Amino acid sequence: MGNTIFDMLWRDHQVRALSDGSSLIYIDRVFLHERTGGIALKSLTDAGRAVRRPSSVFCTIDHIVDTFPGRGDDTRMPGGSAFITTTREMAQKAGINFFDIGDPRQGIVHVVSPEQGIALPGLTLVCPDSHTCTLGGLGAFAWGIGSTDGEHALATSTLRINRPKSMQIWLDGTLREGVGAKDIILALIGKYTAAGGSGYMLEFAGPAAQALPVEARLTLCNMAVEFSAFTGLIAPDDTVFEYVAGRPFAPKGAVFDAALSYWRTLQSAPDAHFDKRLELDVSQLSPQVTWGTSPAHVAGIDQPIPDPSQLAVDASTQTSLEKALNYMDLQPGSSVEGLPIGGAFIGSCTNSRLSDLRRAAAILKGRKVAEGVNAICVPGSSQVKAAAEAEGLHHVFQDAGFSWRESGCSMCFYAGGESFGHRQRVITSTNRNFESRQGPETRSHLASPETVAASAICGAITDPRKLTRGVVTRDAA
Amino acid sequence: MKPFTQHRGIAAPILRINVDTDAIIPSREMKTVSKAGLADGLFAGWRYLTQGSRDINPDFVLNQDPYNSATILLSGENFGCGSSREHAVWALAEYGIRAVIAPTFGAIFYNNCIKNGLLPIELPDETIRSLAKTVEQDPRQEQLAIDLNACAVTTSDGTTHSFTIAPTHQEMLLEGLDSIDMTLKMLPDIEAFEATDDRAVWARPAC
Repeated sequence: MGNTIFDMLWRDHQVRALSDGSSLIYIDRVFLHERTGGIALKSLTDAGRAVRRPSSVFCTIDHIVDTFPGRGDDTRMPGGSAFITTTREMAQKAGINFFDIGDPRQGIVHVVSPEQGIALPGLTLVCPDSHTCTLGGLGAFAWGIGSTDGEHALATSTLRINRPKSMQIWLDGTLREGVGAKDIILALIGKYTAAGGSGYMLEFAGPAAQALPVEARLTLCNMAVEFSAFTGLIAPDDTVFEYVAGRPFAPKGAVFDAALSYWRTLQSAPDAHFDKRLELDVSQLSPQVTWGTSPAHVAGIDQPIPDPSQLAVDASTQTSLEKALNYMDLQPGSSVEGLPIGGAFIGSCTNSRLSDLRRAAAILKGRKVAEGVNAICVPGSSQVKAAAEAEGLHHVFQDAGFSWRESGCSMCFYAGGESFGHRQRVITSTNRNFESRQGPETRSHLASPETVAASAICGAITDPRKLTRGVVTRDAA
Repeated sequence: MKPFTQHRGIAAPILRINVDTDAIIPSREMKTVSKAGLADGLFAGWRYLTQGSRDINPDFVLNQDPYNSATILLSGENFGCGSSREHAVWALAEYGIRAVIAPTFGAIFYNNCIKNGLLPIELPDETIRSLAKTVEQDPRQEQLAIDLNACAVTTSDGTTHSFTIAPTHQEMLLEGLDSIDMTLKMLPDIEAFEATDDRAVWARPAC
């Protein structure tokens, strides 16, 4: 029986097996940010320890920093500047690679990491941030950790971990127009619950996975953690190798060729054993929109919100569904399509890359955001922002009525500063619709950037295909 | 790290699934670059009536006597899902929670528990519901006893529920070990790995 990619990555990073059944796994790269990284560096220093390999450690400022033009260390989040200044001071003392505010390489950690060639196929990469699984889209073995494990990785270049089980998720079929990676992963979580991947390392495979461009693969893997998986990845192929080549921290010349010959081996054998296998046919998917307070509370935009009392679920699940409907102020059996919104957000490590902005802009072009909708676009990195501006996309967003920001995590979460406002209903290209995630008691509906753009135009949750097909013609006045 | 061997205490039921780390400690409650001072923000969105206030929500279980002295939580599937913020565990531990019992946990949260002396116990949902029923009869009397050596949760009538935990996690909690110290003793292994790793030329370029 052949190996899975995960078998190979585990084998090639295992420093040694430990007597208690866990393994010491070598960590090739560590990425930090000011929210949880500064505290890891500070705690490490306080304990009298040092960063073992500073050249393999990277840090950016993304979580707390403001995204308004002209920003500095001061933040709308009360006390936020201390996170920035502490992280900067600690990063400089430790001698690690640091992408500060104003550096053209600054941006959301999981957008910067592929963009700069820091995440590569076959590397282990950890970050004290749960969405580190994003990088599995390149074929990296990457996962989110806590700050204490962050210290461990910094001090020892390793982590002690128990081997997760393996799961293949076979994505079959061809996506319909207007449906993308965000819709696939939401549908998967909706079908198999938010705990469906618990204890597993996921490999997304099958024709629909391999057909995705790199940025869409990053979106797909980004939400492996919302499936409660250890992490996820997709077998790297020529699409990935072409993407990686020439990036600032990627290997060059003969070294690249050496890497490439290794990367090409990272394919699961046809007879490889997976502990579990799930399938999803993506052919019939509609744009997905969440209606509740977990990414699993999701349905196609043309489907009704389920009635908890009619579902065969356990009592804890039923309680959660009822609480979610109550929080979101929705009725069972009603539709999310047509719900009036007060906010629209395009950004986050899920959907803020150039291709995301292009697809949203194609819908926004020549149209205006509906009155009363606070629409915001936050490019995922300073580089994405510059590339988008070079194409004139900022004009499309701004002419439509979107606020166009500096890069950062921004309103993917509410840290006490800027928010969408009390109980506002928000359509968002982010990854978490948890209670109060985007402001005090805000009601967040997760969706693709296209769905966010279409909804912003119409002032209500809207199927983007209706705008691209001209069914709704709320054109620029 | 504070070791965990045995503990007996009041258990508070929060019987819903997917209690995420944003709910355990909202981002707005992580105010300083510190692991301390977080207990006040624990479950802030549920514990207080309005955001930013400290007006007690009487409907929330941890605000009710005697659950306000709880040291054990009972909850549903996927407890601690979401953000990697270790602040969720620091807040629970500082508040005085020693163990959380749930059918499954978010993976990062679970690891963070182990690093901070907080015991995550996995038991089936129906067992947790029956424990909650028992506790609710008289929370002060019907305390739960947890023995990590025996991997058992016992009710006051002697009914015992066994749980499993990876040996590595059990040992770390029992001994209160610092894993960084343990791993630093293996530096020769790490250096040997680096010296023989074929990937080194591209995975670890000299800078």
